[in-house]
Amino acid sequence: MSDTEEQPVETSGETGESGDAPEPGTADSAVEEAAKTTPRGVPLRIQNLRKEFGGITAVADASFQVEAGSLTGLIGPNGAGKSTTFNCIAGVHRPTSGKVFFQGEDITGLRPEQVANKGLVRTFQIAREMEDMTVLENMMLAPRGQVGESLFNSVVPGIPAPRFLDDSQRQRWERVVPQGRRAVTRQEEDLRERAWETLEFFEIDHLAGEYAGSLSGGQRKLLEMARVLMTDPEMVLLDEPLAGVNPTLEKKLLKRVHDLREEGLTFLLVEHDMDVIMNNCEHIIVMHQGTVLAEGEADDIRNDDRVIDAYLGETI
Amino acid sequence: MSDETPRERFSGLRARFSQGGGTTDASLLLVTMVALWALFAAVGMYLGYDTAGVLGTVQSMTFLVAVYALAVLALNLQWGYAGLFNIGVAGFMAVGAYAVGFLSGSPDATPAGLGLPLPIGIIGAMLIAAVVGLIAAFPALRLRADYLAIATVAMSEIIRTTALARPLAPITGAGQGTRNFPANPARTLYYENPADVTSAPNAVGEAVFGVFESFGVMRTNLVVDMTYTVLLLVVVGLVYWLSRRTGNSPFGRVLKAIREDELVAESLGKDTRMFKIKIFMLGCALMGLAGALWQGLGNGSVNPTTNFLPVLTFYIFIALIIGGSGSNTGSVLGGAVFAALLFLLPTYISNIVATFNLRLPRPNSVIDAFTPLLSADPLPLVGFVVANIDSMRFIIIGVLLVWLMQNRPDGLLGHRKEVASSVDLMRRDRTRGQTAATDGGRTQGGADDE
Amino acid sequence: MAGAVAVLLLLDLLRRLVDGSLGPSTLLTYLWTGLVIGLIYGLAGIGLSLTYSILNFANFAHGEYVTVGAFSGFSTAYLVAGGGIATLGNLFLLRPAAGQVGVSITSAPFAVVVGLLVAVVATVVVALVLDRVVYKPMRSAEGISLLIASIGVAFVVRYLLAIVYGTQRPGVTAGTQRYFVGEALGLGRFIVDAHQLIILVAAAVLVVGVHLLLTRTKLGKSMRAMADNEDLARVTGIPTERVIRSTWVLGGGLAGAAGFLLVLSQGTIAYNIGWRLLLLIFAAVILGGIGSVYGAVLGGIIIGIVQQASAVWLSGVWSDMTLPVTFALLIVILLIRPQGIYGGVETT
Repeated sequence: MSDTEEQPVETSGETGESGDAPEPGTADSAVEEAAKTTPRGVPLRIQNLRKEFGGITAVADASFQVEAGSLTGLIGPNGAGKSTTFNCIAGVHRPTSGKVFFQGEDITGLRPEQVANKGLVRTFQIAREMEDMTVLENMMLAPRGQVGESLFNSVVPGIPAPRFLDDSQRQRWERVVPQGRRAVTRQEEDLRERAWETLEFFEIDHLAGEYAGSLSGGQRKLLEMARVLMTDPEMVLLDEPLAGVNPTLEKKLLKRVHDLREEGLTFLLVEHDMDVIMNNCEHIIVMHQGTVLAEGEADDIRNDDRVIDAYLGETI
Repeated sequence: MSDETPRERFSGLRARFSQGGGTTDASLLLVTMVALWALFAAVGMYLGYDTAGVLGTVQSMTFLVAVYALAVLALNLQWGYAGLFNIGVAGFMAVGAYAVGFLSGSPDATPAGLGLPLPIGIIGAMLIAAVVGLIAAFPALRLRADYLAIATVAMSEIIRTTALARPLAPITGAGQGTRNFPANPARTLYYENPADVTSAPNAVGEAVFGVFESFGVMRTNLVVDMTYTVLLLVVVGLVYWLSRRTGNSPFGRVLKAIREDELVAESLGKDTRMFKIKIFMLGCALMGLAGALWQGLGNGSVNPTTNFLPVLTFYIFIALIIGGSGSNTGSVLGGAVFAALLFLLPTYISNIVATFNLRLPRPNSVIDAFTPLLSADPLPLVGFVVANIDSMRFIIIGVLLVWLMQNRPDGLLGHRKEVASSVDLMRRDRTRGQTAATDGGRTQGGADDE
Repeated sequence: MAGAVAVLLLLDLLRRLVDGSLGPSTLLTYLWTGLVIGLIYGLAGIGLSLTYSILNFANFAHGEYVTVGAFSGFSTAYLVAGGGIATLGNLFLLRPAAGQVGVSITSAPFAVVVGLLVAVVATVVVALVLDRVVYKPMRSAEGISLLIASIGVAFVVRYLLAIVYGTQRPGVTAGTQRYFVGEALGLGRFIVDAHQLIILVAAAVLVVGVHLLLTRTKLGKSMRAMADNEDLARVTGIPTERVIRSTWVLGGGLAGAAGFLLVLSQGTIAYNIGWRLLLLIFAAVILGGIGSVYGAVLGGIIIGIVQQASAVWLSGVWSDMTLPVTFALLIVILLIRPQGIYGGVETT
């Protein structure tokens, strides 16, 4: 009945101290493309969000916002309502009340694919690759609004422009006359190039032809991040991306996140691990018992008595 | 080579099969068909049939293989590609068969048809089947996979029992069924007046019949049937092409993703419900086509008390499971193996047994069949089994299904992984402008798989 | 939409009662026979619902468990009631004509009771053997694989029965006591027969028993826990294999009882009675809400009554449309309330 599959995840004990200071990343064309969008103030705003399951209130009146180009952390002890909030934003749950705005637009209660198509794309806590698809297929799946996602275009052969037309006439011909499979193939070639570049950025291009199911837990995490980038997102929701990840990989992943943030991409990072958030996020939101307990920079949070109490009160 | 065990050879075949490749596919299909033709020709000759009889045996086998391949390809689109578990196949085929009769059947016969041209009848049948599919699937596509199973099997029984209902007799013929189908296109090719049984052949007909007569085949009906079967094979080829193109495209990639993890596909911005509805309707349209060409034009008669029982759906499922869901080549192979070996061959067994002149006893109960075993007399049991060959066939099919699910859930020939892209993803060098559009290229593959 | 149609039909029903085109005794007969057949659907449905929620797959062989109950029960009843009339073998195979042996609650009450018990036990044994051979090796498989395997099981069982008992549809019961209840109440002729009463009593006892089992015993609570969340149940130390076996015992036993009672009420037996019932049982289970015992019973009763009462509108040749309409109801339920009547409500 449950649709989450058990997937092997690289386990490591303590994640230890984490996160180097962010280094400016090397410019990469794939990344540039992903981050081309200019920040527009506040991309994500949550207003009095409330979610009840049966009689249980998982989130009660949570409000916060995420600044453009920031790496914002959302943290809290178990059962604080982080995941529910996350799922309300991503469209998995419909909030009982309250609003979610993305780039000034009300996206409350939209379905997951509608949220994603606004440019707000999520990852999963346990990396969920399409195991029977190759790494490249996984990558190629992601780009939004592909020509070939239409059944008609995928099947029908296109009519090429006659040779006697000049370039501008050809362009007009291709706009007017159905290009079908021809247009699909052309776009596939472009996307293939982007997929390879993105895989290189995450240093998993040597795995391109492997089935995702044969990847290690760490490689899946990298693939998941790479796949999200292929959607050309405005903002990325990261659901505990470092859970069960060894320190080396953790560094690698965080470095990529910082690189992308430098390029202008916005991140909301949901984490259970306090240290990760403290060392990496410039803005931190602490949730407890379904509400926002504290908000601010790492130092503010560190010295906040309420936060300390909330975490000390947690049984692990 | 010679010291290879059969098992090793089989797994070698499996590996080659799962790697794919156009020539391997084609040769595999060809080898299978040639083997089946040889087998059925041998059966016909063993039973002492004349040339026409042997040809007829081979023809009816090929016909069944072709229509099964059509239905299995359609199901593969839904189940193999998108994981949509439709067990109402028989119902959608019924819709296609009845619709082509209603649209293109003669207005003067009972039940009366509309007398529209055949192409309109066939396209109409496909459209109607697609719409009925939408009605069945719409509530269920939002829900768990097994709800779709229940909804579709219910729809298939609704269709069949409605076809049986007396108030609809003017359209369906109710319990009597209908024989009012348009003339088979092969007849149109050979006869002056194809709708008339007594019509004289036209010039083409004269010529073709003449050729066959020179080989001693006098039965013109057989020639018509053979021609129709060849036409069917062409249709199978077209549907195969359509199916394959649907699969190796971004559209097919999303379907594959839906089958694996729908929530992830949604989170990447894919409107999975639209994809599911589209592929479901396409699959149902092709099932309608299969029904129209099989029971409709092929058999020329339809009866809801014997045709379109839910069991037909399961036959088609078994064929797909044998071939390996997700693979188009596997669909055709599975259809061929099932139709020829599991479905048709057993019907010849009692004839073959009769040639041994064993004088098998026919015990009239299972007790009378087994008790002689105590006195070491197996013949009554053999006779009983031969007499109950129909039930035995179902039991064997059932055991086969369970065995397949336990041991080879991905199909007898292994799970086929056809890469879903219209270009060869492993090729990086951009050859834009040189039209190196490697249509259907999927030379990359599971070298390290298995 | 669907609600509006239901209201319109009810209003029309009232109109027919008032203007006399529908006699009260006719309506009562529909309701009563619908209740009885619905209880049988419900009994079979409980088992299907339990296996669906605990083993996580739609068991397409469930109808065959019903058939196994019917044949094993009636073979036993014939052996008990028909001593001396025919050889044991022919009695077992139900060969003598119905009039010769004639099992009924009035003519051979002992045979009926023993038959019912054997139906339950034999079906439980078959269910456990099938679980051991077919389903246990594929515990970790997904629901659809199990579903397909169950289709295979259905074929094997159905056609084994066909080989043993043949494919004809013999009558196997004798007439029984009939009570004309309606006349005493001034509602016209309204017949209740003893077999229907037996079904009512047996069904009530079984449903209450299952309810007590699920709510009062540790085993029952484990079963409910597993229906909710198998992984959690495993972690908390519930012996899942034992719970699964118990589920088959319960589900198989009830299906067997339903099969025996079904034949008792309709009088004829055939190798495919369970298969013909399967979709109706599914409809009952989905209508009631998967996993709910009362839901299955209530769903069964509703389906049974709808089937019978549809004769008010579907008369003459239109009675042929009863089955399509009942199945269409299943699709409508999926459309408007897929979670069923008791879906999402904490029940047993």
